[in-house]
Amino acid sequence: MLVVRYVIARVLHTLPVLLGVTLFTFLAIQFVPGDPIRIMTRGHVSDAEVAAIYDRLGMNRPLAVQYGSFIAKAATGDLGESIIQHAPVAELVGEKVAPTLWLLGIGTFFSILLALPLALLSAAWPDSLFDHTVRTASMVGFAMPPFWIGLLLILGFGLQLGWVPISGYGDDVLGHVTHLILPGLTIAFFLAPILIQSLRASLLDALDADHIEVARARGVPEWRIYFKHALRNALLPTLTVLSVNISWLVSGAVVVESVFALPGLGSLLIRSVGYRDYPLIQGLALIFALIVVAVNLTADLCYGIVDRRVLRVAA
Amino acid sequence: MKPEAVLTPELHPGALMRIGQEVGSWSFTLKLGLLLLSAIVFMAVFAPWVAPFDPELQDFDVILVPPNLTHLFGTDNLGRDIFSRVIYGARLDLSAGFIMTYVPMVYGVLIGAYAGYRGGWVDAVVGSITNMAIAFPFLVMIIVVVAVIGPGINAIYISVFLLAWTMYARLSRAEMMVERAKDYMLAAKVLGYPTRIIVLRHGLPNTIGSSVVFSTSDFILNILLLSGLSFIGLGIQPPTPEWGAMIADGKEFILQAWWICTMPGFAVVLTGTALSLIGDGLARRLGTRQGSAG
Repeated sequence: MLVVRYVIARVLHTLPVLLGVTLFTFLAIQFVPGDPIRIMTRGHVSDAEVAAIYDRLGMNRPLAVQYGSFIAKAATGDLGESIIQHAPVAELVGEKVAPTLWLLGIGTFFSILLALPLALLSAAWPDSLFDHTVRTASMVGFAMPPFWIGLLLILGFGLQLGWVPISGYGDDVLGHVTHLILPGLTIAFFLAPILIQSLRASLLDALDADHIEVARARGVPEWRIYFKHALRNALLPTLTVLSVNISWLVSGAVVVESVFALPGLGSLLIRSVGYRDYPLIQGLALIFALIVVAVNLTADLCYGIVDRRVLRVAA
Repeated sequence: MKPEAVLTPELHPGALMRIGQEVGSWSFTLKLGLLLLSAIVFMAVFAPWVAPFDPELQDFDVILVPPNLTHLFGTDNLGRDIFSRVIYGARLDLSAGFIMTYVPMVYGVLIGAYAGYRGGWVDAVVGSITNMAIAFPFLVMIIVVVAVIGPGINAIYISVFLLAWTMYARLSRAEMMVERAKDYMLAAKVLGYPTRIIVLRHGLPNTIGSSVVFSTSDFILNILLLSGLSFIGLGIQPPTPEWGAMIADGKEFILQAWWICTMPGFAVVLTGTALSLIGDGLARRLGTRQGSAG
């Protein structure tokens, strides 16, 4: 029962974010200087046609009504119609969701694969040479622009060594995975430093706690203390860091997609900005928000499973 | 030497001596970071004297020349000296990064501190806005604003000013909520000081630490943001020298001339590392001071 209430509470918490993102986008688009339809059609249509487009899109209704109807339609999966491509936004966006989700998934997987062992070893021997090296490397890594890392990887692994494809998305699952190795690594290199720093710090905190002292006094072997008593408590803050950074990660994905010419949501967003295709931009902003919210929700739910005390506090 | 000067240097606060003590207590990372950053700022400020060439001068005799003694970082496809462009780029990236970080910080910290101290409905509103903004896909929101008012630094400033204050408000609010229950704050209230004075003079100095430390990371993230937006063509437009835009310029020539896109990246990494070192040093400095006082 507690779990159900917790899940419901968490799902309800996501609503303000979705409303905030759609409201921000909606209001921003109202500020388009001049006449958006004329800008989009570049003045090639007559006044009567412009009026007809306004009528068709319902853009002459009060703002609150327009926003309300956008939300109501979005809830049923109708995101309007792209003005440039004359196709439903939901359909255009739907085609591009898979590459972005693959990229985020593989990127996160690589990041954890890279960050976990480094942080564990670093915290096991604090202030050792290894620890200092890892900390310096993560400091430098944090400052590396993701698109620059991507280009360096293309230069090294793709062009010089020729091991992996450097652009595009491939045709089948195997193709997707090989095409996503470099983009995934790019994301890993800029996400891992944040993970390493937070996991190391929380491991050291966890090792400082009273129950560790008690376990030592009871004669529990050091490796067991480390993995069982400390790591479990340290993973939770890291999970939070990961979920807080997901919006940053999604932002990185937009840029990384453009480096590797991945046909994902980010590339579509950049292109639709070029065309000033506002319904499509609005739909994409909502989808990006949905991804961020979904990941946060998943992290929260995992949190609830790992640490059952959370259930009682939240619900 | 008078004995009391030795015993209680704090009672005779000679300015130089206090500065000396302060600098002496800094960690190695803080000093190294400040040194690096000052060097970069110096090069940016004195760019016309430091840079060997005009950053926009095209010299078609030296197209795609690899790094050498005349052109330390090589030249690009238009024969422009990359070292000079990187130095001029520092002007834009540093000043824009500074504005994107510290303008929102000022009102973010104030809003958060006030909400944390006041409590009630003000706190509820600020709290829910900051919680919501954490899950905002930041870059996507900026791109939306760029789509509305067109590429360039103004769109970036507007969207950052609208959104970035929430991180500072969040930090400052959390700290103030802890601080407001402490005796000295209660004492100030009992003594009848106005809320403005209690929050600004008494509370703020003790709550601003985490925001200052975070601002160094935020500075890096903002430089990455600006260069990322310029890289995808939505930020600074060519031929203005900006690090991200320069990396984008070099993308086409990556096979023939690796130096065009790698060199500006090193500038970003160096600046970011300097800021990270400063942040790390500040965290320790403020951490120990707070630790010894409380």
